[in-house]
Amino acid sequence: MTQKLSLVWLNYKRNKVIYWMALPVVLYFLIFKYLPMYGAVIAFKEYTVGKGIWGSEWVGLQHFRDFFQSYYFWRVLKNTLILSFYQLLFGFPAPILLALLLNELRHELFKRTVQTVSYIPHFISLVVICGMVVDFSSRDGLFNSIITFFGGESSALLSDPGNFRTIYTASSIWQELGFSTIIYLAALSGINPELYDASKVDGASRIRRVWHITLPGIIPMIVILLILRIGGLMEIGFEKVILLYNPNVYDTADVISTFVYRKGISESAEFSYTTAVGLFQSLVNFILLIGANRLSKAVSDNKLF
Amino acid sequence: MTIKRTIGEKLFDSLNVLLMVLLIIITLYPLWHVLNASLSDSNRLMAHSGLLLLPDGFNLDSYKLVLSNPSILSGYRNTLVIVVLGTALNLLFTILGAYTLSRKSFMLRNPIMLAIVFTMFFNGGIIPTYLLINNTLHLGNNLLALIVPGLVSSYNLIIMRTAFQGISESLLESARIDGAGEMRILWRIVVPLSMPVIAVMILFYGVGHWNSWFSAILYIRDRDLYPLQLVLREILIQNSTDSMTTSAAMGDKEAIGESVKYATVMVATLPILFIYPFLQKYFVKGVMIGAIKE
Repeated sequence: MTQKLSLVWLNYKRNKVIYWMALPVVLYFLIFKYLPMYGAVIAFKEYTVGKGIWGSEWVGLQHFRDFFQSYYFWRVLKNTLILSFYQLLFGFPAPILLALLLNELRHELFKRTVQTVSYIPHFISLVVICGMVVDFSSRDGLFNSIITFFGGESSALLSDPGNFRTIYTASSIWQELGFSTIIYLAALSGINPELYDASKVDGASRIRRVWHITLPGIIPMIVILLILRIGGLMEIGFEKVILLYNPNVYDTADVISTFVYRKGISESAEFSYTTAVGLFQSLVNFILLIGANRLSKAVSDNKLF
Repeated sequence: MTIKRTIGEKLFDSLNVLLMVLLIIITLYPLWHVLNASLSDSNRLMAHSGLLLLPDGFNLDSYKLVLSNPSILSGYRNTLVIVVLGTALNLLFTILGAYTLSRKSFMLRNPIMLAIVFTMFFNGGIIPTYLLINNTLHLGNNLLALIVPGLVSSYNLIIMRTAFQGISESLLESARIDGAGEMRILWRIVVPLSMPVIAVMILFYGVGHWNSWFSAILYIRDRDLYPLQLVLREILIQNSTDSMTTSAAMGDKEAIGESVKYATVMVATLPILFIYPFLQKYFVKGVMIGAIKE
């Protein structure tokens, strides 16, 4: 240990400037990333602002027990998982499918036009997107005009808990579909064209070429992105939930992060309790990430770390 | 050698093209609808239902209301400050971090990198972060609270470090022999050689600042300090267009409020849509470099 330290000291004396240049970034990560990790100990304490983190009393796992026994536990856990699962089930394959279809387009200019248009929604801010969704969902909004045109009945769509997940998932796909395909198209362009020529000579049909050449070419990319998605399963895009939801639809829309935000900051200030809830979320996430990585290493040899 | 397309393939090609045309319509129509609604006469818009293929009674009144609204103007100003100052600081910190972490002579490079990557997968949570910024650092109600906590994005740092590692070591070595210090090497050689990736970073950070609103909800209390997105949230989500329709009669208020909302969307989105064609290729490039970061 001391030997290592003296080595670092020697290294420091030779490269002083580098060490000082690294200091701002190291300080940033210590203060804004690691200090909050230390601050998370208030989940095990009865934190009051006056006593500070250090001075507050330990209460052990009390806040975790309270959360697990509360009425909200199942509601927010269920909503978080279902909403994430919807995103995974519909949102994850959509850009892969689009990339494959774009790849089959013969007309180069048309292909580029489709791409360019499909990126646009990604650049519009979330607040504006959600503003449009809220407006279109109102009783006399665009969605209802379309529903009534097909003989349905108009209703306040965002006040019905049964609609929230559909609206959330569909609007997310609408916004991100085009942009998420970029990465797959990049992977597709990396496939050796000789493979296609060879298969043509062998008389393979287009379907077979997609199945045996195109798809295998992007599988590693798909697996990596899938692991990342599973690792973020508990971290649903809650900024969007906050913009879209209202008390009428808490039954299906309230997720762990929005619950933490309401009970911890916007409505009341139960700091210790909500920190415990947040910590529970991070922990489950971390376990899922490691699990997904292990699984993928075992079955496909692709891994994130 | 050409192989004739079978009937099945021709059918597939036509269906594919049809599907893509449908995709273009679904993507663009909502925006087209908002544009038309913003240009429509507010009373006729109220009575109208269904799709808008053209403005219903052309009228620019709602734009006049939006562009003379003090909240929108101060929102624009605050966002501009945040985007410019924030992005400049983002760049400075990210460049310094990426450079030092790309130097093989820096012994602490790997442990620091590991500690940074760890923060991508585990964090303290929003409450401890909020308490740190609001109660410990007293940055509440200060635009700095929207800039300082996000000075470096780990993801961008990794992208830039990879780019810096790609610069030939012998080039830097010869500069060192000529007597250039680290600072000089960084700003005179490494940075000019990395302009494409720096452009991508400016874009990622800049658009991030432009779009962000949640940290403003957490930390900003004075309306004068609201960034644009927070003002938009009030108007679009919380439906409060009162500040712009005070002079109107009760009955007209609702109608005007409706078209004001659409005009607000346009005013907040047009700048991005105008520069979008110029930015697009950089964004695509950024996603690509991000994808091959191993």
